[in-house]
Amino acid sequence: MPFNILVLSCLTYVAFLFLVAFVAERRSGRGTLDFLRSPLIYTLSLSIYCTAWTFYGAVGYAARSGLEFVTIYLGPTLVFVGWWWVLRKLVRIGRQQRVTSIADLISARFGKSNTLGVIVTIIAVVSATPYIALQLQSVTLSFGVFASDSPDGWSLPDHASTGAWVAAGLALFTILFGTRNLDANEQHHGIVMAIAVEAVVKFAALVAVGVFVVWGLSDGPADISAKIAASPIADWDLQPGRWTGLIFLSAAAVICLPRMFQVMVVENADEQHLARASWAFPAYLFGMSLFILPIAVVGLERLPAGANPDMFLLTLPLSEGQGALAMLAFLGGFSSATSMVIVESIALATMLSNHVVMPVWLWLRPASAQRGDLRWIVLLARRLCIAAVLALGYAYYRMSGGSAALAAIGLIAFAGVAQVLPALLGGIFWRGATRTGAAAGLGVGFAIWAYTLFLPSFGPGAVISAEVFAQGPLGLGWLRPQALFGTTGMDPLIHAVFWSLVLNTAAFLIGSLLTFPDPVERMQGAAFVNAFDDEVQTGPLGWTRGQAEPEALLIMAQRILGDDAALSFFEAEAAAQGKQGYLPDPTPDFVAALERRLAGSVGAATAHAMISQLFGRATVTVEDLLAVANETAQIMEYSARLELQQDELSRSARQLREVNEKLTQLSVQKDSFLSQISHELRTPMTSIRAFSEIMTEADLQPAEVAAYGRIIHEEAIRLTRLLDDLLDLTVLENGSVQLNLEMANLGQMIDRALAASCHIRPERSFDIQRTAGSEEVFLKTDADRLVQVFINLLSNARKYCDARDPVLRIVARQKGGRVMVDFIDNGAGIPKESQAVIFEKFARLSDEARAGGAGLGLAICREVMANLGGTITYLPGQRGAAFRVTLPLRLEKREAAGAA
Amino acid sequence: MAERVLLIEDEPNIAEAIRFILGRNGCEVFVQTDGRDGLAAVARLQPDLVILDLMLPGMGGMEVLQNLRMDPATRNLPVMMLTAKGQGRDREAATRAGVSAFMTKPFANADMVSAVRALLGAS
Repeated sequence: MPFNILVLSCLTYVAFLFLVAFVAERRSGRGTLDFLRSPLIYTLSLSIYCTAWTFYGAVGYAARSGLEFVTIYLGPTLVFVGWWWVLRKLVRIGRQQRVTSIADLISARFGKSNTLGVIVTIIAVVSATPYIALQLQSVTLSFGVFASDSPDGWSLPDHASTGAWVAAGLALFTILFGTRNLDANEQHHGIVMAIAVEAVVKFAALVAVGVFVVWGLSDGPADISAKIAASPIADWDLQPGRWTGLIFLSAAAVICLPRMFQVMVVENADEQHLARASWAFPAYLFGMSLFILPIAVVGLERLPAGANPDMFLLTLPLSEGQGALAMLAFLGGFSSATSMVIVESIALATMLSNHVVMPVWLWLRPASAQRGDLRWIVLLARRLCIAAVLALGYAYYRMSGGSAALAAIGLIAFAGVAQVLPALLGGIFWRGATRTGAAAGLGVGFAIWAYTLFLPSFGPGAVISAEVFAQGPLGLGWLRPQALFGTTGMDPLIHAVFWSLVLNTAAFLIGSLLTFPDPVERMQGAAFVNAFDDEVQTGPLGWTRGQAEPEALLIMAQRILGDDAALSFFEAEAAAQGKQGYLPDPTPDFVAALERRLAGSVGAATAHAMISQLFGRATVTVEDLLAVANETAQIMEYSARLELQQDELSRSARQLREVNEKLTQLSVQKDSFLSQISHELRTPMTSIRAFSEIMTEADLQPAEVAAYGRIIHEEAIRLTRLLDDLLDLTVLENGSVQLNLEMANLGQMIDRALAASCHIRPERSFDIQRTAGSEEVFLKTDADRLVQVFINLLSNARKYCDARDPVLRIVARQKGGRVMVDFIDNGAGIPKESQAVIFEKFARLSDEARAGGAGLGLAICREVMANLGGTITYLPGQRGAAFRVTLPLRLEKREAAGAA
Repeated sequence: MAERVLLIEDEPNIAEAIRFILGRNGCEVFVQTDGRDGLAAVARLQPDLVILDLMLPGMGGMEVLQNLRMDPATRNLPVMMLTAKGQGRDREAATRAGVSAFMTKPFANADMVSAVRALLGAS
């Protein structure tokens, strides 16, 4: 077939796809999405799992390794049938968090860490490179098959430049398709529709060739079965280890491959579609694998021995003169390659621009988050990334020489992306997984994959020298790339998968267990692991700090979402807040919603960073969170301080209340005291006044004059004594009394007191009993004051002791530097209820014999004893009235002052 | 016939002064120094007037007054209250209890005589 016709058919086919995509895009723009959002389209779009490798390579794989190619289909089938709940969780999380790529998912899960985003992006890009090279290779090969058949027209250039043209064409096609606009939620309805059409084309092509082989070249299924049984393919023995490894690898790949994640999670319109896909996609894979063996067997049988089994799909119809069928097969292969490259490069470009280019751009031009249109930068970044991804693929294709079998290259890619699996599954099922663990696992796994599988794939001597292959680096045999830790004899692929994933998982687990997640990580971890719990707060971290003008937020949103989308979003948010216009209040809820919305376009970490800048900060780091925590702590401290102050205030209030009560009590006491003084003063005054009037008015007998004069005199003395006592008491209570300390003999002081008190009721003869010996003690005290106390006690005894033969015992004792003197009479004593008040002022118990004073005596005694550093107490239970005076042997000035 | 005045007063000098003043003005004065004894003396002596000190041993003056006012025989007996406290509160309480006159110590002898005459004249 002429090469120019071939190119023309390709271009026509591409134009057709473009039209499909354009119509779908238009329809989605008008909102008529019903068909586009159907489970059928979703399932068909998942078929980008079947790339040119599956299309062409599976036949070659079958021709070389028998049934082993089935593992590539078994893995995804097992995942979709048995692990659909894992996929559902991924889809749920993807929708909740508006995840844009697998790198974004990992980054968002581990505290919006851009480092992890970058690591996953690198792994994805590096792993995808051989895979894209594979597509270039298969398209180039298929061109070669047709061109070799063309006698005239354009001659086929050499393989290298064909590959370059194919790569450039695919890049252009993808850029035109995938980056026509920057969708708010990163969904590409047009592309999904186009790849669905391509899925139908490649399925139809494979089935058509299969039907031709089974019924055209053979005599139906029975004949084919016989041929298969007869062919060497049936002799291939099954290697359980390799099968298990490959099934696992393809299962991991279907979850982790960037393009699968793109169509399965990012482009997912409805979680329910997954239910249909869980059986429909395995059915599609079954259909795709059904005719692989017949084609391989018939190809091996009919085509010359040197023919490349990878191209049997083309060479079989061509050799049988079925040009149209070959053309269909070619278009099927072309579809497989283009759909994979388009979606893969879009997914990779999204990752690259969100996790590498935009952070670097924002870091280089911090002001651009607030100024200038970012949309064209994002678009340009994506376009450049698409070109770069294809350029890398082409470079790999050139470096690896384009000679390796398709299947082998595909498996290298699978093993690479499988490194994301531990962090991904750990992230969505284990809250204890941390950023450090994920980074360690990804790093270790990626390094081992690169060392044991990727770099060796260039061939010995290309990157890793032959010497290292044989001896290990620096002669360390246990580090040989294909025999780590001495595990020789393993299949190199299984060896690499085993060691990379085991050490990856180990590093992930150990790293997670040894580190503690920071607050954002913990929140995100909870949101991911509990994605199905509705009550769990999901979405970005709330904005509680800082302030941003709604206008600034709107301008930024317009740059990323586009004017109309941004305005309608802001209008809806404002309406939700009950406001007119386009400017809602920048509440935390609104900012969180905005961040989610922006995350759909530029990724969670970048959206977070941009909003952070509007809030005046570069990024939300642990320090920021610590600052928030610190602020909270300060507030708590402040409130604790307030509580303390409140306690102090209430304590002060209580104290004031107590003081007030005391003052009130004192005031009452003072009133009562004044009233009592008034009474005590008025009583003698009454007699004095009455008798003085009598004496001036009346004619009195001389005896009467003398008697009344004596009364006046007596009462005047009583008044004077009262005034003296009051003054004395005041001085004693104030503590302003001057003590005259001297050494004095206790016995002599008692003698003085007895002598001074004997004039009270002299008619009564007291029997005074003393303990002469123990009174022979010298005290350092104020002798006059102590004698005053003794006189008071003796006078009271003389006044109030009602015994017929009054006896007074004075007992002195010395104990531990103190002296006790008891005065005990044999009278009736003081009633129990009165004992408590006798030392109070004016506590005179009976008004009977008032010659002695006004009831201040014992109060004065108490004050005197306090001033002398001692006490005076009533001794109950002595039958008579009994008082005990206690005082120190040696009174020091300090003690006296203290007592005051 | 001389009016009989019962004086219940614990201060002997004051009692002596009042006894002298009223005796010189034609009254027969009986003195009691204890509230309880004084109350008993009212029944025994049937006085025309009781002069009662507020602060008394045995039974307070206010209590004596209340007892007199509860007894129908002495309900209308003129009672003069003597007090050295001179506080309005005491005066009010005594008035409520039905005291006939109130005299604050110290007093002018003439005031005492005229107050006693007024009470005796009214009865």
